[in-house]
Amino acid sequence: MQTHTPPSPTQTAQLLQVHEPRNNGMPLDLDWVASVQANTSAIERRAATLPGRRSVKKDYQAAWLLKAISCIDLTTLAGDDTDGRVQRLCAKARQPVSAALLEKLGMTGLTVGAVCVYHDMVAPAVRALEGTNIPVAAVSTGFPAGLSPYHLRLQEIRESVAAGAREIDIVISRRHVLTQNWQALYDEMREMREACGDAHVKAILATGELGTLRNVARASLICMMGGADFIKTSTGKEPVNATLPVTLTMIRAIRDYYDRTGIKVGYKPAGGISRAKDALVYLSMIKDELGNRWLNPDLFRFGASSLLGDIERQLEHHVTGAYSASWRHALA
Amino acid sequence: MTVKEIFDTMDYGPASESAAEALAWLVDQGDRFGCFINGAFTKPGQVFESRNPASGEVLAHITQATQTDVDAAVKAARKAQPKWAKDGYARARTLYAIARLLQKHSRLFAVLETLDNGKPIRESRDIDVPLAQRHFYYHAGMAQLMDTELPDRVPLGVCGQIVPWNFPLLMLAWKIAPALAMGNTVVLKPAEYTSLTALLFADICRQAGVPRGVVNIVTGDGAVGEMIVASDVDKIAFTGSTAVGRKIREATAGTGKALTLELGGKSPYIVFDDADLDSAVEGLVDAIWFNQGQVCCAGSRLLVQEGIADRFYTKLRARMDGLRIGNPLDKCIDVGAIVDPVQHAQITRMVDANTEGQTYRANTTLPSTGCFYPPTLITGLSTASTLMQEEIFGPVLASTTFRTPSEAVEIANNTRYGLAATIWTENINLALDIGPKLAAGVVWVNATNLFDAAAGFGGVRESGFGREGGWEGLSAYTKPKATAKPLKPIAAFEGDGGPDGLDRTAKLYIGGKQARPDGGYSRAVHGAKGALLGHASLANRKDIRNAVEAANAAKNWGKTTGHLRAQILYYIAENLSARATEFANRIDTLTGTRTGTKEVDTSIRRLFTYAAWADKYDGQVHNVPIRGVALAMKEPVGTIAALCPDDAPLLGLISLMAPAIAMGNRIILAASDPFPLAATDFYQVLDTSDVPGGVVNILTGSHAELAPTFAAHLDIDAIWSFSGTDQSAIIEKKAAGNLKRTWVNNGKARDWFSADGEGRSFLDQSTEVKNIWIPYGE
Repeated sequence: MQTHTPPSPTQTAQLLQVHEPRNNGMPLDLDWVASVQANTSAIERRAATLPGRRSVKKDYQAAWLLKAISCIDLTTLAGDDTDGRVQRLCAKARQPVSAALLEKLGMTGLTVGAVCVYHDMVAPAVRALEGTNIPVAAVSTGFPAGLSPYHLRLQEIRESVAAGAREIDIVISRRHVLTQNWQALYDEMREMREACGDAHVKAILATGELGTLRNVARASLICMMGGADFIKTSTGKEPVNATLPVTLTMIRAIRDYYDRTGIKVGYKPAGGISRAKDALVYLSMIKDELGNRWLNPDLFRFGASSLLGDIERQLEHHVTGAYSASWRHALA
Repeated sequence: MTVKEIFDTMDYGPASESAAEALAWLVDQGDRFGCFINGAFTKPGQVFESRNPASGEVLAHITQATQTDVDAAVKAARKAQPKWAKDGYARARTLYAIARLLQKHSRLFAVLETLDNGKPIRESRDIDVPLAQRHFYYHAGMAQLMDTELPDRVPLGVCGQIVPWNFPLLMLAWKIAPALAMGNTVVLKPAEYTSLTALLFADICRQAGVPRGVVNIVTGDGAVGEMIVASDVDKIAFTGSTAVGRKIREATAGTGKALTLELGGKSPYIVFDDADLDSAVEGLVDAIWFNQGQVCCAGSRLLVQEGIADRFYTKLRARMDGLRIGNPLDKCIDVGAIVDPVQHAQITRMVDANTEGQTYRANTTLPSTGCFYPPTLITGLSTASTLMQEEIFGPVLASTTFRTPSEAVEIANNTRYGLAATIWTENINLALDIGPKLAAGVVWVNATNLFDAAAGFGGVRESGFGREGGWEGLSAYTKPKATAKPLKPIAAFEGDGGPDGLDRTAKLYIGGKQARPDGGYSRAVHGAKGALLGHASLANRKDIRNAVEAANAAKNWGKTTGHLRAQILYYIAENLSARATEFANRIDTLTGTRTGTKEVDTSIRRLFTYAAWADKYDGQVHNVPIRGVALAMKEPVGTIAALCPDDAPLLGLISLMAPAIAMGNRIILAASDPFPLAATDFYQVLDTSDVPGGVVNILTGSHAELAPTFAAHLDIDAIWSFSGTDQSAIIEKKAAGNLKRTWVNNGKARDWFSADGEGRSFLDQSTEVKNIWIPYGE
C-alpha cells in the first residue's frame, strides 16, 4: 500500500523552478536550415572522448545521480499496462529511492521528473500522482510510428490533455525529413503544438530512422521553429535510440536556437540509457555544451525505465561502501 | 559541500588520479637516477632537480651526464649493434615485449608522465601512452618484415636521439621503435625537464629482454645533447626547436652522419564557411589546448572565412570558458600546467609584447599556484603580426580571416614553417583541392592532431625533414646496402691548343633561354691532349639568383600529370638518341676516354627509366585506426639545386635531372666542373623536347664557388651534391639557413653506369610524403 501524503513544497523544490518562457516558435527559416552542417566523424570523436574528459566522484557523483533521477521521465509503454501497473510506477515516481537512503543523502522528497504513459493510462497516472507536482506525460500522435490518420493524431493530443496530461510526447512524420519536406514538417509541428494548448510538447524525432546526423540537426531546428518545448531523440522502439553523437547534434541545435532567439528548448534522450555511468556522461555533455541551466527537469529529461534501478544501486554503494543488489530496491 | 548543495550547483568536484604508485616507484629508485648504459643504471653523478610543474615539488634528482657517460653509451651501442642487426624476428619479439610491457604498466607511465610534464592525465592515459605502445607494436612488425620487404636496406648503425619535453615518452617511442626495428642501436637523451618516463622505459627494457647496449639513455641538458651530436654515432634524430635543429645541422655538416629533424611549426587551422562550426570549434580544443598548446604541430594559426568569423569567434570564446584548468592529475581537467616556469615566462613575454588585435582569455578559474597559463585567443591579427609568424608553444591561438580558398592557401603558406595544417569544410572538392596546396607534411581534414604509427609525421621548410612512422619513416633509419668507394677528384685538362672549326659559344641555360654569364667571364675547356674545345661560362651568384627565379616561375610543372612528364622524358631520350654520335664524340673528347657511346646509351636508358617512373611512383593509403583514410601523397620537393658528378658529364647530369623532373620538381644543375660542354650541348636537346622553360636550368662554373650560394639560398628546397670536389660540408652547413634538404656524397664515389646510379633512392629524394588524413562518415 502506498501513502498519499502530498510532499511539502520544499520537498518538491526541484520541480518548482522559475519556468522559462515557452517556445512559441518562429517563422520557418529555410536558409538557416540549409546552412546546418553536422560532421559525423567529428561529432563521434567529441562524443567518444567526453567520458574520458569528465569524471565525477564521491559526493559529487551521488549528487549528480540524484539530479539524474530528478530528470527521469519514468516510463511504461507496454501493451500490457494496467491501472495497477501504472499505480506501481507512480508510487516509484514519488519515492524513487528508499526513504532511508534519501535521508542519509539529505535529499528527502526527491521525485522523478515525470511519468510517461500511453493515452489510456493518463487518467490512472494522474490519479496516482495526485497531491504531487509530478506531471504526467502522454506519448501521442499514433506513437510510435505516427502513421495513423492525421486528424486522429491531433485529436489524440487533445484527449490526452483533457485527461490530465501536462506533457505530450508527439512523434514527427519521418517521411517529411527523409524527403526534405521541411514545410510539411514545420506545419505538422505547429499544429501539434497548437493542439497541446498549455501542455508542454516534446517532439520525438525518431533519430534512428532519420538516416544522417545532418537530418537530425535540421529536423531539430524545424521542430523548434514549429514551437516544440522539448526535442526528444526516440520512441524507444527504433533500432537505434539515444546515442551521444545524436545528443551532441541535437543539443548544439538547441544552443544555436537559443543564441538566435533567446528561447531555451529542452532536450530528452530516450531509449537505451540504462546505466548510472551513462547518465553521468549525458549530464556532463549537457553541462559542457548547454550549461548548468539545462540540468533541471524543466529543460532536461531522461526517457528511461531501467536507469533508475542502476542509480539506486550506485547510491546505496555510495552510502554504505558495499556494492548493492537490485532486489534490495523497490521495483518500478 | 553537501550532496544537496552539489545537487544545486552541479559542479564537477575533484576527481584526482592517485600518484601513489608513481611516487613509490621513484622512492624505490632512491629518487636519484644515473644514466642507463649497457643494460644497467650508472651511479648518479652530478644531479639536477626534476620538478612537478603543477606544484613545484621536486620529484627526483637526475644525473647530468658527462662526456665519459656519453662515450660509454655510444661504445656500448656500437658493440651491441652488429648482433642486434642480425635477426629480424628476434627484434620483432623484443619490440613486441616492450609494447606489452608498456601496456601492462600503462597507468604508471601515464601518472609519471603527468607528474613530470604537467599534461592532463586524460592525455597521458588516453593519448601519449597508447600511441607509444602502438609505435612499438607497429614496428615489431617492421622488424619482422625488414628482410623480405627491404632487402636492399641495412641499418645505419648507432643512432643518437634527442627528444623534447612536450611528449617525453611518445617522442621516445617515435625515435626508438623504428631505430630498433631496423637493426640500429640507440643513445637517447630525454629533455632535462622530463626524464622520468625515459628512465622508467629503461627499466622496462630490461624486463623486455632488450640486449645490453641496444638502448642507452643519457640524461642532462643541452650540453649532453651536444656531446651526442659530436660523438661517434651514425645518425642524429632530433625533435625540438628550429633554432637547435639549425645548430645540429651545422654541427653535423660534412661528418657523414645521417640527420632527421622534426622542428617547430605555426600550423594553419583553416575554417571554411561551409564547415560544421561547432565541430571546428571543438577541433580547436584538440589543436591548441591539447597539451597546453605545447605541441609542435599545434593548430596555432586560425584562419576563418570572413563571413562566418564573428559567429565562429563567439562560439569559440564560449567554448574556451568551458575549459577546465588545474591539477593535471584530475581526470576532469582539460588544460594542465606549462612544463616549466621558463616556458611560462616565454609565453607571457610573447603575448604581452603583442599590441595588435583583440585578446580574449578564457573566463575560467586558474589555480592560485603552479605553472598555469589561461587559454587565450587573439583575433584581428594580420599576417605581419609577430604572433602570426612566431611559434608561441603555449595555449595561445592567433587568428585572422580570409576571403577565398586561394587566399586561405596563400596565408596558410605565408610562413617559414611547414609541419601540419587543418582544413574544415563539408565540401570534399574543396578539401582535396586545398590539401595538396598546403606547405605541410601532415594535413587533417575535419579533424586535427590525429597520429598513428602507420602514417608518417614530419614537416617541410623550417619544420625539418624526415618522417616518423609508416613505411616512409623507415628510410630515416636505414641506408642502401651498397658500399661506396672514396671519390677521386678529377682536374680539368689544361693546354694551349687552338680552336677546331667555327667558334661556338656555350652559354648558361636559364628559364629555357641561353644566357650569357652575369660576370662576363668564361674559362677555356681543353681536351686530354690540350686541344681547345671551347669556352664555358663561369656562373656567379647572380646567375644562381636568376636560375632560382626562373625555376620558381615554372612551379606549374609540379601540377602537370605524370603522363605528360613521361612523354617529355621520352621525347628528350628520342632527341638525344638522334644526336647520339655527336654526344659520344663530345664525351670522348672532353674526358679523353672511349666511353662516350656507352655513356650516351646509358643516358637514354636512364631517361626511359624515369619516364617509366613518372606516372608510377605512387603514394599509399595508410591503414590507420580510424574510419577514414590517410593518403600518403608523394609530392615534389620543389626547386632542387644539384652539383653534377664530374665524371660521366652527360650521364651524371641526366641521372639527377631525370628523377627530379619526373617527380615534378624544377632543377638547377651545375654541370660537371672539369667537363662542362656535354651539358651545354644538352640544352639544345632540352630546347627541342618541349621541356617548359625554367624546369631545367644549367649552369657551368666552379662547384666550389657555386656550392655555398646554392646552399644558402632561402628559396631552394633541396640541394644535392655529387661533385667530384667534395662540397658536402659547406653545403650542409649553409643549408641550415632554411633547413633545405641535403643529399650529398660525403666524399664517396658512385658508379653512374650501374644500378647505383638510378632507382628508388633518387625518387625518394625527389619527393616529400604528405599525409592527408580524411575521416569520413555521414
